Amino acid sequence: MADKLNESAVTEPSSSPATKTGAWRSQRPVVDLDKCIKCYICIDLCPEGAISALPEKGGVQVDYDYCKGCGICASECPQKAYTMAPEEK
Amino acid sequence: MMPRKTVVEGSMAVAEAVRLCRPQVISAYPITPQTHIVEDLSKMVADGELRCEFVNTESEFAAASVVLGASAAGVRTYTATTSQGLFLMFEVLYNIAGSRLPINLTCANRAVSAPINIWNDQQDSVSLRDAGWLQLYCEDAQEIHDFQPIAFKVAEDPRVRLPIMTMMDGFVLTHTYEPVELMDQELVDSYLPAYKPVVKLDVAHPLTFGAFAQPNTYHEIRYMLNRAVMGAKPKIAAAFKEFNETFGRDYAPFMEEYRSEDADVLVLSLGSVCGTIKDAVDELRTEGQKVGLVKLRMHRPLPKAELRKALDRASVVAVVEKDISMGQEGIIATDVKSAFAGHDGPTVLSYVAGLGGRDVPVPDVKKVFKEAAAWKGRQAPDDPIWLGLNTGIIPEVQ
Repeated sequence: MADKLNESAVTEPSSSPATKTGAWRSQRPVVDLDKCIKCYICIDLCPEGAISALPEKGGVQVDYDYCKGCGICASECPQKAYTMAPEEK
Repeated sequence: MMPRKTVVEGSMAVAEAVRLCRPQVISAYPITPQTHIVEDLSKMVADGELRCEFVNTESEFAAASVVLGASAAGVRTYTATTSQGLFLMFEVLYNIAGSRLPINLTCANRAVSAPINIWNDQQDSVSLRDAGWLQLYCEDAQEIHDFQPIAFKVAEDPRVRLPIMTMMDGFVLTHTYEPVELMDQELVDSYLPAYKPVVKLDVAHPLTFGAFAQPNTYHEIRYMLNRAVMGAKPKIAAAFKEFNETFGRDYAPFMEEYRSEDADVLVLSLGSVCGTIKDAVDELRTEGQKVGLVKLRMHRPLPKAELRKALDRASVVAVVEKDISMGQEGIIATDVKSAFAGHDGPTVLSYVAGLGGRDVPVPDVKKVFKEAAAWKGRQAPDDPIWLGLNTGIIPEVQ
């Protein structure tokens, strides 16, 4: 059950984390960690800040709550480690 | 307390009423299209008669944005504009309503471009009916004076929290001197206490107004806005009742019925032209004709049940209005018809009249009553009827 709205529709600050914009995505990036060379270019280029380094073993992970599926990571990865898979609902 | 009955310009009657309501921020674009309302208010501020921040801006878009911000910060706010100025505010006015900010705006009703025309009709404010602003129309300077504290009171009611527009006809009311009984400061203070916002901008407790809403909440938030506009109706009625008791007036909140109780043919109209229509009704009544006027005061929310009650007994209702939805008919006429959809009711005719300052004199109104009677029991035409159209200057369709 979602929280009730308030009459003026005001929100607390930092509303972005609460707004799971990943729902907009039509394609999702899927990373093949065997191809990843840990250059982390994708982390720098992701406009949503939705890619982060995996702790300890390295490599990357995508936060699908916020990834909008723009595909910049897949386009820019020098190893072609990302594939864009259709989002199924 | 002695009532201060005096002869004032319509714009000054508004400015004086707004001063008595003690607004804390007024913002306006100071030149054409504008009225003396904000000119008078800026002088009051400069002369120390009104403690208020007066912000001159570079456009009406900016003026509306300033009052939006000020209202979100929790103070009583006011602005005034007209025609193209209102249109330049359009985007911000939807934001104000969506953010549920209780801003009071006076609209001097004037025609919209093109062609350029500075005179009176009501196309400007009627075009804004869908935004979520409450809308009240005035017949004379006394009404527009009196409606200012009512407007603030309704808008700021914590159960309402909506912006409100009061309308006065450009030039016909804004620039005309009339006797007006000015309100007393003590009575206004007792009727309209200081504004207490439910939510406001506060650096200690930050909030976002008008935040992003996805499809999973936007639909519900718009539902709530419409629920609030609909729900304002009894609050408006209560505010008028308390005003009448406090100031000794006799306003019906939604519409004024003039000699309409046994009328077979009614005109429904709004604004200053109602004065002319009353004269026409009086003349026709002396000839024994059963005619009357329903003066619509509140256009949003639309008082559908009250419209049915007021118009039901008549055979024909001619809606005479100074606006049109291009490709349809007069906008108020469509609204009146909607009140009767699925009910038996009178034949409702749409008369488009007096655009761009075209005078609507008593003989024209009498002609409307005469023509309207002939539509008794018949289906109204699909097209609107244009009052006083000079067909001699209109070229044939090419």
